[in-house]
This record gives sequence, structure tokens and C-alpha cells, in this order.
Amino acid sequence: MPQVTLTVNGKQHTVEVEGRTLLVELLREKLRLTGTHVGCDTSQCGACVVHVNGDSVKSCTTLAVMCDGAHVTTIEGLAAPDGTLHPMQEAFREYHALQCGFCTPGMVMSAVDLVRKNPQGLSEKEIREGLEGNLCRCTGYHNIVKAIAAAQEVMHGRRASVAAAAE
Amino acid sequence: MNLVTPFEGIGASVKRKEDLRFLSGRGQYTDDINRPGQAYAFILRSPHAHARIAGIETAKAAAMPGVLAVYTSADLAGIGGLPCGWQIHNKDGTPMAEPKHPVLAEGKVRHVGDPVAVVIAETRARARDAAEAVLVDYEVLPAVASMAAAQAPGAPLVHEGVAGNLCYDWHIGDAAQVEAAFAKAAHRVVFETTNNRLVPNAMEPRCAVGDYDTATGEHTLYTTSQNPHVIRLLMGAFVLNIPEAKLRVVAPDVGGGFGSKIYHYAEEAIVTWAAAKLGRPVKWTADRSESFVSDAHGRDHVTRAELALDAEGRFLALKVSTQANMGAYLSTFAPCVPTYLYATLLAGVYTTPAIYAEVKAVFTNTVPVDAYRGAGRPEATFLLERLVDVAAKRCGFDRVELRRKNFISPDAFPYQTPVALQYDSGNYHATLDAALATADWAGFEARRAEAKARGRLRGIGISTYLEACGIAPSAVVGSLGARAGLYEVGTIRVHPTGSVTVLTGAHSHGQGHETTFAQLVADKLGVPIANVEVVHGDTAKVPFGMGTYGSRSLAVGGSAMDKAMDKIIAKGKKIAAHLMEASVEDIEFDRGTFRVAGTDKAKSLTEISLAAYVPHNYPIEELEPGLEETAFYDPKNFTYPGGCHIAEVEIEPETGRVHLVNFTAVDDVGRVINPMIVEGQVQGGVAQGVGQALLEGCVYDADGQLLSGSMLDYTMPRADDLAPVSVATHTTLCTHNPLGVKGCGEVGAIGSPPAVINAVVDALRDWGVEHIEMPATPQKIWSIIHGKSC
Amino acid sequence: MYDFAYHKPATLADAVKLLAADPDAKAVSGGHTLIPALKLRLNKPSALVDLSGIAEMKGIRREGGALVIGALTRHAEVAESAEVKAAIPALAYLAAHIGDVQVRNRGTLGGSVSNNDPAADYPAAVLGLGATVHTSKRKIAADDFFLGMFTTALEPDEILVAISFPIPEKAGYAKMKNPASRYVMAGAFVSKGPMGVRVAINGAGPCVFRQSAMEAALAAQWSPEAVAGIKQDADGLNSDIHGSAEYRAHLVTVMAKRAVAAAG
Repeated sequence: MPQVTLTVNGKQHTVEVEGRTLLVELLREKLRLTGTHVGCDTSQCGACVVHVNGDSVKSCTTLAVMCDGAHVTTIEGLAAPDGTLHPMQEAFREYHALQCGFCTPGMVMSAVDLVRKNPQGLSEKEIREGLEGNLCRCTGYHNIVKAIAAAQEVMHGRRASVAAAAE
Repeated sequence: MNLVTPFEGIGASVKRKEDLRFLSGRGQYTDDINRPGQAYAFILRSPHAHARIAGIETAKAAAMPGVLAVYTSADLAGIGGLPCGWQIHNKDGTPMAEPKHPVLAEGKVRHVGDPVAVVIAETRARARDAAEAVLVDYEVLPAVASMAAAQAPGAPLVHEGVAGNLCYDWHIGDAAQVEAAFAKAAHRVVFETTNNRLVPNAMEPRCAVGDYDTATGEHTLYTTSQNPHVIRLLMGAFVLNIPEAKLRVVAPDVGGGFGSKIYHYAEEAIVTWAAAKLGRPVKWTADRSESFVSDAHGRDHVTRAELALDAEGRFLALKVSTQANMGAYLSTFAPCVPTYLYATLLAGVYTTPAIYAEVKAVFTNTVPVDAYRGAGRPEATFLLERLVDVAAKRCGFDRVELRRKNFISPDAFPYQTPVALQYDSGNYHATLDAALATADWAGFEARRAEAKARGRLRGIGISTYLEACGIAPSAVVGSLGARAGLYEVGTIRVHPTGSVTVLTGAHSHGQGHETTFAQLVADKLGVPIANVEVVHGDTAKVPFGMGTYGSRSLAVGGSAMDKAMDKIIAKGKKIAAHLMEASVEDIEFDRGTFRVAGTDKAKSLTEISLAAYVPHNYPIEELEPGLEETAFYDPKNFTYPGGCHIAEVEIEPETGRVHLVNFTAVDDVGRVINPMIVEGQVQGGVAQGVGQALLEGCVYDADGQLLSGSMLDYTMPRADDLAPVSVATHTTLCTHNPLGVKGCGEVGAIGSPPAVINAVVDALRDWGVEHIEMPATPQKIWSIIHGKSC
Repeated sequence: MYDFAYHKPATLADAVKLLAADPDAKAVSGGHTLIPALKLRLNKPSALVDLSGIAEMKGIRREGGALVIGALTRHAEVAESAEVKAAIPALAYLAAHIGDVQVRNRGTLGGSVSNNDPAADYPAAVLGLGATVHTSKRKIAADDFFLGMFTTALEPDEILVAISFPIPEKAGYAKMKNPASRYVMAGAFVSKGPMGVRVAINGAGPCVFRQSAMEAALAAQWSPEAVAGIKQDADGLNSDIHGSAEYRAHLVTVMAKRAVAAAG
């Protein structure tokens, strides 16, 4: 069986996998990081989004063996080690951008990548388009879009807190 | 006046208590649960819509590496079929046809996705590998994939013995009175429509883990359910014959339901049974494509309606004839959806004095259909609100004024409709006026002209709707065919030092109960919500419950908690009276403090709870120690939320794409506990309603193959399909529950589809279009524009 | 999915050797075309040969009048490349609109073009710009490369290494997406430059194709109006629940018009 060594949320792991093992299966079943979810089988829903070497990817469409040597961040690794939430997590709570919570980890990870790569700032329309790879069935996206708009202000240092950005 | 600081009682937009675990990846959904020694089940499903099973060869699969067992229906001797929870009676008084719904197919498959065999192996992949080695000898039979095909003369029968594939032929209302009214009508408006079949697609696929303790003989089922006690009752009593005391059902964090996780499904019984049989925990998790053919679908009505109006536009009578698709088997609550959740809503917000509706439920070779967000009420609302627009157009009335003219007036409550329901409260004029103002209805023509200059066709549409929530009382629903009571249970456990645990039979799968219910406690008992824990979803912890669906949690479950809190206060007063040497009648309670009236003598709830658990100085002769109370609340009536939705759309004429550009919702959901959560519920409901109107539709081909069988083919609403939604509430209180609440979970999905389609039809007014069936896809719109303009 | 062996060669030669030795092996880079098919068990390769470690298949460079893009270049890299934006903005635009962000972060040019999904974006640019496909064996003109649905001129042990896009004077791309999958339902890539006037249509038919009547019209007069009146024959076009052949034929004209307008 192939072996992969990868760093997940700052911790290195060496794991035996099958060739067909998906990254999401490695995370959920081998490392028991169950915050990353699987919501579809056609790479549509984005519940499985994690960061691989700084880019958001669908871990259900990535083989574990292809991640040898990679740095992976999952939702469990987004907050600071002392538990302080990332501004995106904070904004999702502040703006009620989650209901059942199932799409939330992937949605948050996608949103973080989207904002990081667009330091110029995103309009409401651009945020909506940037979420093409993430489905939410509960919220109607309205509050997710608001949360991301607020979080980008904090992530780019234009505001001190997501609550302040709300005003 | 409130002692909780900052204010976090009724009416406060408190941030949700549950969010931290979901945002940090520490939610615990069913598939996140892994039991020691767990094996995995894969369900082999029928690729055919209708076939006889001549034989199943499992030996090769059973011998494959890692395979623990392969089971077919032959192995399930003594196990019952999946029960139906509601019995409808035909017009002639005979009961509906209720064919067996086997856990695994018995001799025949009746829809694509019908479970045929289960393979259990050490890993998910190995189970699936082995399932491919199970050889099923199918003799393919002709299928009936639509209600039209199922009702054609000589049509193949889905169930032998169910003639004409007719499950029931039911009616409600006074046909003679309706005919008399039609005879003197100035206008008669006929309207026909199909309410499109939908796939619920909660983001979390269904999952079930069965576990069995050989030492105690206890079974545990972890499952993605909206109502674990109902599953325990149905599965224990009717399918597996396990006494309740030996069966624990846990529905942990559940990733959305929208109705689809109410029902008792075969996979729950399979993993529970197999875990005991194998002595190993067994997990099954649906792939999304599997969900498409195994989760109950929603809607799927074909209806012909006729409205009689007098010369001034007053509605005189309505008659409705509906066919409702049941799919291949009766799902748990399927029969009540097109009857008591649909036809009883046909008065809507209007004073139509005479209504007659008949409903035929039809079996087809498709996935079973059951309640999906709104359940029956969206179908009734779409019918009515399109019909009113069509009537306005044909008879030359203004569509807003026609509605207003026929509204039940605010002073007419309680209002008895001709189709059984009695509305307790509402103010449809107020919600209409507020919505018209917010949406700037009056300024629309200028926006339309501006859009035209940009090459876009702009339209505006309105829907004034009503729904019935919190289905009850038990005695009434029982007389209508429900095989269950529809009360709710709440326990308030005040701990010795004053923190509170709430046990509720309602189940939260996105609704934010852990916050809203804590707010009820904060408001009434004065306990900060940080000190209130809400426990739900576990039959071993919660005494009993009927679960969450039909926007019932707050109206029924919240009222049960309120009653339990009344009992806590009553007992607390007795303890306080003892401690302060006063008479019970003189004790007053207000948010956390027991006071002797007219004095400054007071005891906090914490002092009282401590005395109750450390009863050194305690009226032990008259009162038991402890401070925990349970209440069962059985409502006196449904609740009746209502309101007005206005949609504005723009169409790209070249491609037929419809863009939602504006949406206004003004809803009366009764008293609002947490405005932030209510707004979120409405936003989400509207998204599903817009999805039904513009994007979503289940398509079967004539052979019963599901063409829209994955998220590549079934259009799920995405962020860029939707637009900002303006949500406001206008409250009239429910008169018969202690909280005055009505329910907000479904209003968005009920009110919005006709508003959107009315807007699309309005956008195409130059083409003389009268109706467009849902979903109004680009191709459909293009065909209309193309067909008329060329 | 079915299990398979996994190889990650460091050189092109080793990759070719692995593919030549095993006719059931398949090449993979980003995996965003292959892995979904594997998950649905539509495909049962004995081994996957992961090309992502091969340095010679990477990079974006200007070579005379052409832009040469390595097969391993991810869509996001093409979309963000200053070189591509300057030379062929329509190509950067196309790459920026493939699938979703996560697809663009993993999917590669070579993977998309080798697979030749009728609903993919890149084949329209390759054909619409008259690009040349460089493989481990030879150079293939775009006009000779796309043979049919999911079929190209590539041989089983032949690997797409890079694509050379001639830099046009003008180019534009427009597409209508399938509402559910968001793949291309009908798209048009138009260009005017060293390879003449070219109109490539994707999504609408079983394979990307050139629309010669539109090319002639645009050669005569480069304007959206020039193609507005040209109807695409619906015969042979794809048809599904979201778009009939007739609807797609109509969209071809609309998208061509929009692509020309975008090209300026």
C-alpha cells in the first residue's frame, strides 16, 4: 500500500492508503478530522473544501497519494491555537451565515481562499460568483455573502472586527 | 424589566449557541460517528423502474475479500414492511390501498433505486466492490413513470391488487353548494397546472449506524432523522419487533432535513438488524446520487381548478381536481400531504364561501413522494395565487385589488373556512400594504421601462398566502387518519445551583433550537442563556417527542416547555413560601426571583433550586425534592402564518435566462423570539421556493429512469442564482398557544414560487403569456419568446 | 472507485515508458476530469501515472508570436498570468471562468484538452486560436487534434506536453452554462490573427467544431452584427433536459455574437 506523508494543521502524519483513497477519506477516516464533510459525489457541493498548499481544493476530488509532502489546512486548523476564531468564522457567526452547519466548513474554507486572493476587495456579485463551487441548502446564501463581505474588511486590515464592519 | 443582561430573552437577535462547534469543525453528524469494530453496508439498488426478480446470486460476492455478509429479503423473514403513518379514506368510506413496502425488494422492484440486497464488509469500498458481484436476474416489466401513464386504461400495475394504480380517491367540501354558486357566476376561470417534483437535497446525505450490545441486548441506531422517537416507534413496533426499552435512537447533529429526514427508511432497519445479526456495528452512508433515488421526493401534483367570480370580482366558489403522485410505495406521511395539508388550504387568505376539492393519489414506478418543506401548502398556494392572477387578467381586474377585495378582513377572526380549518388570527391587508411599499410596487413601470432600454424584460409578481403549521390537535388528526398523536414534550430540569437543562422532543437540524429555546427559558425563568443547555435527538435522554417538521417546533415544542416552566414556577412558589414563611398565594415570580407580594422579601431561583435538591429546610411532607418538570402539550388548533411575497425578475430575451433581481417578504409568523433566526429561516425558505420556480425539477423518462439523478443534472440554487431578499415581519399573535407564536420554517418556500412565476409571466406580458410551468428554465422561456415572435 | 497502482514519474520519458508498458494505465495531473469518472466507476484503470512532478511540462512563456503554456499549468495560473492577460486576454478570461475556484486550483490545461469533454472550455480556445499541441512524440495542429466526443489524436502512450497559442489581434469568448452542472451548454471562441478568422463552438455538439459560415462573415466584416443573422444547423447537436439541439443552435449564434463583442 502506498504511504503518504503530509502536514495537516501543522502536524505531520505518515499514513498508509490505497491508491484510490481520497484526501477527504484520509482526513475523515484515518485522521478522524470529521469537520470536513462529503455532500455529493460529483464535485459540485464543496462541503469537502480544504486548503492544500494554500489553495482551496475539493478534497473529494483529490487523491490522498497526490498530496504527499503537501501542507493541508482543514476547518479544525483555521482558528488560532488558543481557540480564537478566524475573522471568517467570526463573521459567519455574527451574520447568521450558517444553519445546519453541514456546508459550513467547506464554505468557510472557500471563503477564506477567495478573500485572501482578492486583496482589492470583492463586490457582492463577485462574492456570489466566487461561491460557485459551494452549495448551501439552508441559508439562501444571503447571510453568507454578508459575512464574507464583512470578513474581507477585517482580513485586509480595513476594519478591526466583523461587528464593526457591520455598521 | 428584564433581569437577563444583556437582553437575551424573547425578541432578541441572540447569536447562536450552536455555531461555535459547527464553525470549528466539531459538529457531530451521523457519519462522524464511528463505533469500535464498525463494518460498512452498501445497498444494491434496482437499475430498473419495474422488474420481476427471478433470482439473486450472492455467493460470489459473499466470498470476496473483506465481505462479512450479503443479505436479501430471503434473510429478513419475520421482519415487517415499512409502515405508513396516515390512513386516508376514499369518497365511499373505504380505506386507501396500502400495499406492503418491504425493507428489501420481495420478488419485484418498483422504482429505480429500490433496495434489493445489502453487502456488509470491512470497508465501504470493499462493500461496493462486492455488490457488483451480486447477480440479480431481472425480468424487466413495462413501467408507469408518470401519473398519466399509470392511469391509462390497461396500464401495468405497480402493485398487484391495486386497480388502476389508485391509492385513494378522496374529497372535501360541499360539491352541491359549489355547483350552485358556479351556476350564478359572472365569470368562470379554468386553470390547469403541474406542481413540479422536487428532490429535497439536504446537504448532509442520509446516514445510519446500527450498534448492538450483546451483553444487555440493547440496540442503538444513530440516524439522520428529524424525529428519533418516531423512528423508534415505527421501526421498533412495526419492522423489527424491538421493545422501546431496548431500542435507543440517536439523531445527533443533522445537516438539514426539509422533510426528507422525517420518514422511516429501509436503511435504518437494515443497519439496526444487521448489527445485531453480525455482532458488529454497521454504518451506511448515502452517496448523493443514491440520495436522489432513495430519499423521498416532494410535490408532483397535476391539477385542474375552476374559480367562480361575480361581476365585481368576488370569489363565489372554487373547485379543484388534483392528482398526486405517491411514487412506488407509501412513504411514512405521504397520504396526508395532498389531502389534509393541501386541500384544506384552498381557501387561502380569501373569503371564498364554497370550495370542493377531490384528490386522487396514484402509484407510479418512481421514488416515493412525501412532505418536502411546506408539504401540500406550497402546492395549494401556487394553485391559488396563479389562479387569482389568471382570473385578474382574463376578467380585467387589477391583480392587487382583486386580492384585497377578497381578503378575510382583520376583524373576521376566528374565521371558519369551507374546508375544515378555522383561522385564529391574521392581518392580510397589513402584510400586503407593507410589502407593496417595501417593493415599491407603484414605481415598477419606470423600472420596467429602464430595463427595456437595456434589452431586458422586467416583471413583478405578488403572492398573498397563508399556511397552516403545527398540525394538531391529536384527537382531530386521529379522526382524519393520523396513526400518531401530534403533541410535543418538554422537560425543564433546574439543577441545584440554578443552571437549566431543557429536554425537548423537537429536533434541530438547522433551526437554531439550542438558542431559541434557551431564550424562552431566559425570558421566563431569568436564567442567562449561557446557563441553559438544550438537549434533543436522543431517545435515551428525552422522555418522548414527535420531532420537527411542519414548522411545529416552537408552536408545539416551545409551548410544551412553557407549560413545564409554569410547573417549575408553581413548585418553586411552594418552596419559596415555605422558606419565607408566607402563603403560596402571596408569592410572585418574575424572571428568576420569587417575592412575597408587597414586601422586599425575595429568593432567587438558585436559592429555591438549592433548597429543592438539599431539602434541609423543606416542606418534605407536601412536596417532593428536586426541581424538574415535564409537560406534554397538545395544541387546540393549527397555527396560521401568512403574508405577502413580491418578486421582481429580469429576462434576457436572447437566452431566456431569468434573473431574480429583487424579492420582498413580509410575513406574519406570530411572536418572534429571535428575529435573526426568523429572517434566516425566511431567506432559506425563499431560496428553496425560487429554486422550485426557476431551477429545480425532477425528470423521469418514460421508462422510469431518473434523468435528473445527480447534482450535475438537477439544478441546485447557487449563490449567483439568487438575489438579496428583504425580509420583514408583521405580527398578529396566535390566540391559542401560550407563546403567541405561529412558525416560520416554511413560509419562504410556500409564498415565493407563485410570486416568482407571476413576475415571469408579467415580464412576458407582451407575448400574451398566461402561465408558465415551473421550473421556468432558460430553455422554456426561450421557447415562449421564440415561438411567439417568429 | 476501483483500486489502482499509482506512479509518479519525474521525467516525461519515464511517464511515457509507464504508459507504454501498461495499456490500462492512465495519465493524471489535476485529476478533475478523471477522478469524478473514477468515483462513478465509469473507468477502471490498472494504474494512474501522475504527471504533476514533471518539470518540463510546466510554465508559461512567450515564444515569438505565440504563447506556450505547459500542460500542467493550472487554470488558476493561466487566469492570473500577467503574460497571458497581456498577450491573449480572452484566454485568461476563459481560464478564469472554467468550473469553480476549486476546479481552477487543481485542473490543468493538458488534462482538459486531452480529455476533450464536449462541455469543456479549453478546446474552444485551442481550436478557436488555431493552436498547436505539443506532445511527447510530435506537434499536432488544433484542426487535426479534436476527433470526436472524448476522443483526440493522442495515442495511448502519448502525453500532451504543452500548447502553443498564436497571439491574435483580437479574440473573445462567451458561453452559456448548463444551469445544473455549470459546464458549457453552448460557447463560442472567436479570433482574428495569424491563423485567420476562426470561430470555434463548444458545448453545443459532441465535439468542439469550427463554424465556417460565421468565420466567412467575420472575415468580411468583424462585428457582432455580422454573425447575428447566421443560424447554426441543429442537426447533430447535443440535446438533454436543459437544452434541446434547437435551443443550443440558437445559443451558438448568441454566444458568437457576444464573443465578437467581447473581442472588440
